Amino acid sequence: MSRPLVSDALQPVSPAPAPAGVEGPGSPEDRPVARRATGTEIVACALLPGVIHLLRGRFALGASLLGGWVLLLALAVYRWDRIIGVFTARVLPIDGLVAVITLAALLLLICGGALYDIAVRAARPPRLKGDSQWAVAFRHFRRNRMAIAGLAVMVVLYAITLLTPLIAPFDPAAQGDIVATRYLSPSFQHLMGTDRFGRDVFSRVLYGARISLSIGFIAVGIGVTLGTMIGAVAGYFGGLVDSALMRFTDMMLSFPRLVLLIVVIALFEPTIYLVVVVLGLTGWMAVARIVRGEVLSLREREFVQAARALGMSDSRIIWRHIVPNTLAPVIVYATLGIGNTILIEAGLSFLGLGVQLPTPSWGNMISEGKDALITAWWIATFPGLAIVLTVIAFNLLGDGLRDALDPRLRT
Amino acid sequence: MARYLVRRLLGAVPLILGILTLIFFIMHLAPGDPTVRYFNPNVSPEVIEQMRRNLGLDQPIYVQYFRWMGSFLTGNFGYSFGQMRPISEILPQVMWNTIQLTLVSLVIIFVVGMLIGIVQAVRQYSVGDNVLTFLALFFYSMPGFWFALMLILIFSLKASEWGWPIQFPASQMTSVDYEFLSTWGKIQDRIMHLILPATALGIGSAAGVARYMRGSMLEVIRQDYIRTARAKGLSERKVVFKHALRNALLPIITLLGLTLPFLFGGAVLIETIFAWPGMGRLVVDAIYQRDYPLVMATSFIIAVMVILSNLVADVLYAVADPRIRTG
Repeated sequence: MSRPLVSDALQPVSPAPAPAGVEGPGSPEDRPVARRATGTEIVACALLPGVIHLLRGRFALGASLLGGWVLLLALAVYRWDRIIGVFTARVLPIDGLVAVITLAALLLLICGGALYDIAVRAARPPRLKGDSQWAVAFRHFRRNRMAIAGLAVMVVLYAITLLTPLIAPFDPAAQGDIVATRYLSPSFQHLMGTDRFGRDVFSRVLYGARISLSIGFIAVGIGVTLGTMIGAVAGYFGGLVDSALMRFTDMMLSFPRLVLLIVVIALFEPTIYLVVVVLGLTGWMAVARIVRGEVLSLREREFVQAARALGMSDSRIIWRHIVPNTLAPVIVYATLGIGNTILIEAGLSFLGLGVQLPTPSWGNMISEGKDALITAWWIATFPGLAIVLTVIAFNLLGDGLRDALDPRLRT
Repeated sequence: MARYLVRRLLGAVPLILGILTLIFFIMHLAPGDPTVRYFNPNVSPEVIEQMRRNLGLDQPIYVQYFRWMGSFLTGNFGYSFGQMRPISEILPQVMWNTIQLTLVSLVIIFVVGMLIGIVQAVRQYSVGDNVLTFLALFFYSMPGFWFALMLILIFSLKASEWGWPIQFPASQMTSVDYEFLSTWGKIQDRIMHLILPATALGIGSAAGVARYMRGSMLEVIRQDYIRTARAKGLSERKVVFKHALRNALLPIITLLGLTLPFLFGGAVLIETIFAWPGMGRLVVDAIYQRDYPLVMATSFIIAVMVILSNLVADVLYAVADPRIRTG
């Protein structure tokens, strides 16, 4: 996650050493594939990654590796004409290229990861030095099954976003013969039915995932960066700077976020970039408060005083010594915040102030389905379910991270 | 207590001034000015110039700023281009409609949320607890406007298609024949119209409250004084509702202050879907019509309502926990 810092070593609350044999490095849970792999096993693993893990009793990891491998290979074979099409097209389609590269990268990653696990990691002698804060947190996180499920869903979602051009059965904008193909109810050909213009809802949901997920990620990135900066500066300098910045934060918090967003976005032309930026600019307040609180207690600690005594500049102390120590709650907030941002973006697009048609996003698809609720319930229902699934995944992941990263909750 | 109240009230004053400033600058950052809507070949530039002078747009920006602040603080919100009425005439009724909706959903949120949280905490790790935890997560992660559409689809549209005995109206605050109903019929009609929007607005927050309540209850239930209460032979109901609940309620009060801004924001979408004539729908309509004075006034009022409700939550907290006041 981050490289070890001087401040980490100096920090008084390093995670308590675990009793030997319970959960230290080298415990059975941590090193299940303890045997060095034989030649046959390596070949088997290269052909079907995960088989060896299954044989050695690591069912969850083995099954997901094997499942991922088989699914991706099946996709590659099934969509072979599209993969060829990407390279033979007159103008190289960027998202098609990205999809092919992602496919290749994922296949390599699964195969390489499985091989590394059974052949290299298993053969390495156990580490003797202590664990970092992050390693301890990771061990706790791994035991939380719900959080792992959330992580898995999230990884699959992001993989789907990148692979969409290969997965989607239809072009999301293709209208076909409107009279014959409009308002078709869900069937094998159209998994989620078709909409008013005869467009395939399933393909549109897949393409909408791309918009929603990337907006959530980038907007939270902007908000968290800004919030960390403001919170750190306010907490570190205190006094007038602190009260000015915190009053401004209070003021921003007094607007319901959605109201502020629609006012700002409506004044300008709603484009996807504006939506992302404004979502970021209205999402920093909670982070600023969290970081400020952490910084207030951190700046009195010995390692900060030591840094000051060594004559370091304020900015170096803030960025190299204080901010890294506030990261844990910020990461938790960011994960929960992505889910929240996806919900707000959907609301904006629903009002027609977010992503503009014909680009599909889950919000504007629900808005389109609203008008045909009684004749075609599937248009509004499936994008909504996609939102729920995504946000649940982020919330589970965030809760798991909080449990893992917050030593006070650890039991 | 009185001193605490005065201090908090005084603290809100700079906040309100700051919000006014923010609104003013957001509006002035926007391209164009209110006269843009009249630009067309039939209107001569002189007329536009005259209009700008009448609206005070030719003055330097700081003059405009102070004038605008002054008129807002004295309750003169200007004139709505869209509805061709003074804004102060439009607002009271609309505000009252939104307050009705949010109050009813607030009741739903806290009653339902707290009850579920208590049940979960008392039966921790039971099947019921796990199911409710998952349900809470599901509703917490759901877009409220989508849930509203699903409610309309099932309880209003499909219910009449399938001939269910109870069907809820899908829009407006009252039925078309409202004026001809008896008093009792009027009350019934209004309640029927409130149920779906209030549920859709509150369900996400109710799930959030349930999650908090479970945690808070679990913390309290492990305390020594609960064991004492049980040891001296009190009934379980008395232990839970009298001894545990009182102490677990404290952190829930802070949730009140967090929930209200969320509700006012959510009301924008829910009111639009249910055609509920409240503040949220007013803002959206005003934005579609480029009715900037109305947008400014409504968002200002919403912000003030949020500040006031935060204040109420703080005061409630101070009443419940005397340690706060001295701090």
